[in-house]
Amino acid sequence: MATLAPPVTETGRHAPPAAPAVRRRGRRGGSKAGKPGPVTYTLLTLVALVSIFPLYWTLVAGSHTNAEIAATPPPFLPNASLFDNFQAALEQAPIGKAILNSVLVAGSITVGTVLFCTLAGFAFAKLQFRGKGVLLGLVIGTMMVPTQLAVIPLFMMIAELQWVNQLQAVILPTLVSAFGVFFMRQYLISALPNELLEAGRVDGASTFRIFWSIVVPVARPAMAVLAMLTFLTAWNEFFWPLIALTTANPTVQVALAGLGSGYVPQRSVIMAGTLLGTLPVLIVFTILGKQIVGGIMQGAVKG
Amino acid sequence: MTIASGTVREAAIAAPPPAPAATSPARPRKRRQLTRNRWGYAYVAPFFLVFAAFSLYPFMYTAWVSLHETSLSNINGGTWVGLENYRDLLQSEFFWNAARNTLTIGILATVPQLCMALGLAHLLNYKLRGRTFFRTVMLMPYATSIAAATLVFSQLFGRDYGLINTALEAVGLQAIDWEAGTVSSQVAIAVIVTWRWTGYNALIYLAAMQSIPGELYEAAEIDGASKWKQFLHVTIPSLRPTILFTIVVSTIGAVQLFGEPLLFAGNGTTSGGASGQYQTLGLLMYQQGWSNFHIGQAATTAWAMFMIILVIVGVNAVIGRLRNRADR
Repeated sequence: MATLAPPVTETGRHAPPAAPAVRRRGRRGGSKAGKPGPVTYTLLTLVALVSIFPLYWTLVAGSHTNAEIAATPPPFLPNASLFDNFQAALEQAPIGKAILNSVLVAGSITVGTVLFCTLAGFAFAKLQFRGKGVLLGLVIGTMMVPTQLAVIPLFMMIAELQWVNQLQAVILPTLVSAFGVFFMRQYLISALPNELLEAGRVDGASTFRIFWSIVVPVARPAMAVLAMLTFLTAWNEFFWPLIALTTANPTVQVALAGLGSGYVPQRSVIMAGTLLGTLPVLIVFTILGKQIVGGIMQGAVKG
Repeated sequence: MTIASGTVREAAIAAPPPAPAATSPARPRKRRQLTRNRWGYAYVAPFFLVFAAFSLYPFMYTAWVSLHETSLSNINGGTWVGLENYRDLLQSEFFWNAARNTLTIGILATVPQLCMALGLAHLLNYKLRGRTFFRTVMLMPYATSIAAATLVFSQLFGRDYGLINTALEAVGLQAIDWEAGTVSSQVAIAVIVTWRWTGYNALIYLAAMQSIPGELYEAAEIDGASKWKQFLHVTIPSLRPTILFTIVVSTIGAVQLFGEPLLFAGNGTTSGGASGQYQTLGLLMYQQGWSNFHIGQAATTAWAMFMIILVIVGVNAVIGRLRNRADR
């Protein structure tokens, strides 16, 4: 642990999640270091523009005809052809179905991952059982195994089960995540006081009751973070769905991959399709962005 | 299959096996813990059932497959060839081409990215107006999928009407056929990776920066250290574990690079350009298995990728340990 863990003590990091960070920032802000100049704002605005521009360009290119985006100088404002291009994209790839599929797939994966990882994370954080260290080591060790190492047997498996092109083929293998277990364990170690568990036990609550009415309420903030990150990752998952599904029953990413493979790729249509497939996450991100940012930063310090 | 980014970071951290939870229970408590004993298994069981079926078993089976001459159409009936696939792989120019490309794209995609992320985190660490806005906007590329990002960037890098070439010509430079050249295509792919991940890594650095005690800066200030000196001698050393960790994560991601080179030409060809100029190991593995139907070869490539990752993680763990010891 000592080698790579960020220089933060594990305990007390979470009790009031935001408090320590805020206090520290305040202290730093008190010194002269805290005052940003116009250069800082200019640079940050520049980075923000670079971050947004490709997404904005999707809208611009997707709302013109092919001829119009090829003009010099190129257009920089959205135009009227957006819905025509949407329609053309929907004819080329079943993006509507893909979005529905992706909601289903990412939703199931999120529910499964959060549930299983909270259960296992709790056991690794608070329960004593033989072989715990070995099992945890196993979980953590496999986090560095590349996806490529799993796809061949997985493909054989789903071929055998006749699951090719079926959604369960992409849901089941992704239903758990080693990261999730580790994430929940780290959170519960410090956030869940042993006294609370002891009290529940003294009151005669079954282990399941203890989990449901003591562990879950405490774990809820971390579960929310894990849910958001898992959904995002599952929605954007590319390699395995590309192998397991075809464009007849795709997730969004598989549909997008098929968009460009027409004989005469139409730039504006591809961009409109890309926009259509990306819009759902962008909407979610606009609403939950602040929480996702917080979750990533929290996870970083916890690790 | 797991959360791509978070995944490996803990792996790196865990290189030394996790210390067993402190157990020095008083006598009477011991009995209670024994009753908990079997419940531990019940809690981890659902996770491990799925995990064993869809992760552990496949990893092992891939090793088995890599020792066979197997095709996709004849999935279970391969012939045993021992290490022949590995020998072929090491003699294959395609493998070395892909390995070389993976290395160069990996360097192009991670080094500038992490440097920029560090600088960006430094800027974000000021007491900013619109702090949440800047952080959220910078994370938007991370929320964009590889497929979407690559499709957009392959338009931007287009030879004839691409916006980047239009801009180059506008300032009097020559247009570049980004996709056709070796260096140019690799730079373009590195740009996509950098665009998607810089903001994310900046947030990781920012989180670590915020936990540096303010006293360190105050002391440095009293000693008369300039802002730059403070960054160099206080911020960077404090962030070292985090930096090492992001290096490991980014490198592991780079070894597996797949979607960007697959979609960069827009049409999902597995060759990685006309002369394989941007074919990566991940793409080669896919080509061997799902374009050429040589499952055994693909399994071999997958194992080679894993070996490379192990070496990288190992080297980083050793570096981390040596530096730690040097500090004490």
